[in-house]
Amino acid sequence: MTSRRGLSRVQAVPRRTPVTWARGGGLTTLLFLLPLLFVFGAFSWYPIVRTVIMSLQHTNLVQPARWVGFQNFERVWHDPLFPIAVRNTAYFAGLALVFGYPIPLVAAVLMSEVRKRRGIYSGLAYLPVVIPPVVAVLLWKTFYDASSTGAFNTILGWVHLGPYPWLQSQQWAMPSLVLESTWANAGGTVIIYLAALTGVQTELYEAASVDGAGLLRKVWHITLPQLRGILLVTMILQIIGTAQVFLEPYLFTSGGPANATLTVLLLIYNYAFGNSLGGDYGNATALSLMLAGFLTLFSLFYLRATRSWSTR
Amino acid sequence: MNDDDFGRGIISQAEWHRPSVRWGIGTAQVLLLVGLVIGGLGPILLLAKGAITPTIDTITSPMSFFPHGAAWSNLREAWTTVHVGRYFWNTVVLAFGSWGVQIVVATTGGFALSVLRPKYARVINALLLGTLFIPTVVLLVPLYIEIVRPPLIHHSFIDSYWAVWLPAGASAFNVVLVKRFFDNLPREIFEAARIDGAGPFRLFWSVVLPMSKPIVGVVSIFAVLASWKDFLWPLLVLTNPNEQPLSVRLPSIESQTSLGVFLAAMFIACLVPIAGFLVFQRSFLRGSGLGGALKG
Repeated sequence: MTSRRGLSRVQAVPRRTPVTWARGGGLTTLLFLLPLLFVFGAFSWYPIVRTVIMSLQHTNLVQPARWVGFQNFERVWHDPLFPIAVRNTAYFAGLALVFGYPIPLVAAVLMSEVRKRRGIYSGLAYLPVVIPPVVAVLLWKTFYDASSTGAFNTILGWVHLGPYPWLQSQQWAMPSLVLESTWANAGGTVIIYLAALTGVQTELYEAASVDGAGLLRKVWHITLPQLRGILLVTMILQIIGTAQVFLEPYLFTSGGPANATLTVLLLIYNYAFGNSLGGDYGNATALSLMLAGFLTLFSLFYLRATRSWSTR
Repeated sequence: MNDDDFGRGIISQAEWHRPSVRWGIGTAQVLLLVGLVIGGLGPILLLAKGAITPTIDTITSPMSFFPHGAAWSNLREAWTTVHVGRYFWNTVVLAFGSWGVQIVVATTGGFALSVLRPKYARVINALLLGTLFIPTVVLLVPLYIEIVRPPLIHHSFIDSYWAVWLPAGASAFNVVLVKRFFDNLPREIFEAARIDGAGPFRLFWSVVLPMSKPIVGVVSIFAVLASWKDFLWPLLVLTNPNEQPLSVRLPSIESQTSLGVFLAAMFIACLVPIAGFLVFQRSFLRGSGLGGALKG
């Protein structure tokens, strides 16, 4: 080390050695990066690599891990619960898209035209988002009480409907979950759209008004086309989010009745933590990798398919 | 929208003066407001009402207002007998620690990547952005195993608050948000401080941090709220009921308490987020818009 430094002094050309690097502030920089490198290394980058390794092993924390190739993937693939979980998750995501996608957009467009006290509107819309999700689910669970004196059945009873079984019926359990989830999440999307709406070029509205375009035509031909970038993003984000739904089926129904609300994430949880005799971590990591892989492929396909449309 | 913007929206001023448009839009907006009050506020008002209503009234007639008077004792019973007071305190401690770790990681990391800019910053940036695309579910099981059996250290971190605090710091979203803010600070000020003899620590502590109050505020609000909402991770790593936060305890006490007391406990769990939202509404709404802009 010293000889190299001596050499560089003779040649008067500063050479990069660990010492010059440290003197130039490299060590201080590293010191500033230390918290980030430690936290992300230990709790993000390392676990991601570990997932891949664990999915190819048989681990139960008691015996040493064994390499088993793709056995875990095969076992998950042939699990009779696997197609049920996939179907339920797709059903949840689809219903959430039907309920939850148009409502925030319509609300945001209407709210952007409010002239006075718009804060009240956006505040009310966002309020459910700050409620802790556990409270939201458990509260709605009391509303969904299947007896005729449950909150929702009482309200529907006023117009002589019901009583409905809500969470206790195989048919209605999933729509009930989607309803609560839409209530809990729509406000965040409304705020994103409101922010995007402020960026719409208003000159176009004036030009369209001069040309005699009505309200709906202005929304359809000016507002929505300018929002399409953000609309595409919120759609894919919502699909990625709902594909990982866990809290609602876990707390509302534990996957029941008769596996009608068993989702992929709940199945992963059951593999890893549902068995008191010890978790099947290989299956759990294999299934989570399958879900992550599917979502990545789906996103890439989605971005490719919508690229021409989003940037035109 | 104030008066300056009048007529700059979808509806032109001329249209706004037409009675049919005025009435149509006015009706739609009133309906929207009614819908928002019923939908957004309604369930929370029902929760507040249930928290101070005798259990039997909530069960037999959930939609009527105090047919047999109020039961303030629900709140007291929840706080003391059901130990909500202790769980509330646990939640506060967890939120505070997660906040601290997130702020330290995001500000020091953002400072190094944005202001000091070492050559390898590009690699770290790529690795950070990469984690944004990995669904969180992938981390769950290996992270849990890591807490039970940490590499190098042979000591389980189950039931230690560090098991919740430290992983909370690994939020690439925070780092990117803070880094972008630092990127937009004027470089001349950094140069001036350097010429005046300020080293990196001085630059960080006395120049960059004081200028970053807005972004630190936004990150803080979302850090505390996210910690308050968190359920699955504390459920997995905190097994001792005396250490668990409210969100983890609520599902467990559901079957052991009367409905009135349970609703009171849930109401208490909502108080801090709602109060925080009312106080910092502007930051909340701007921050969410920011999130959308970043995701876009």
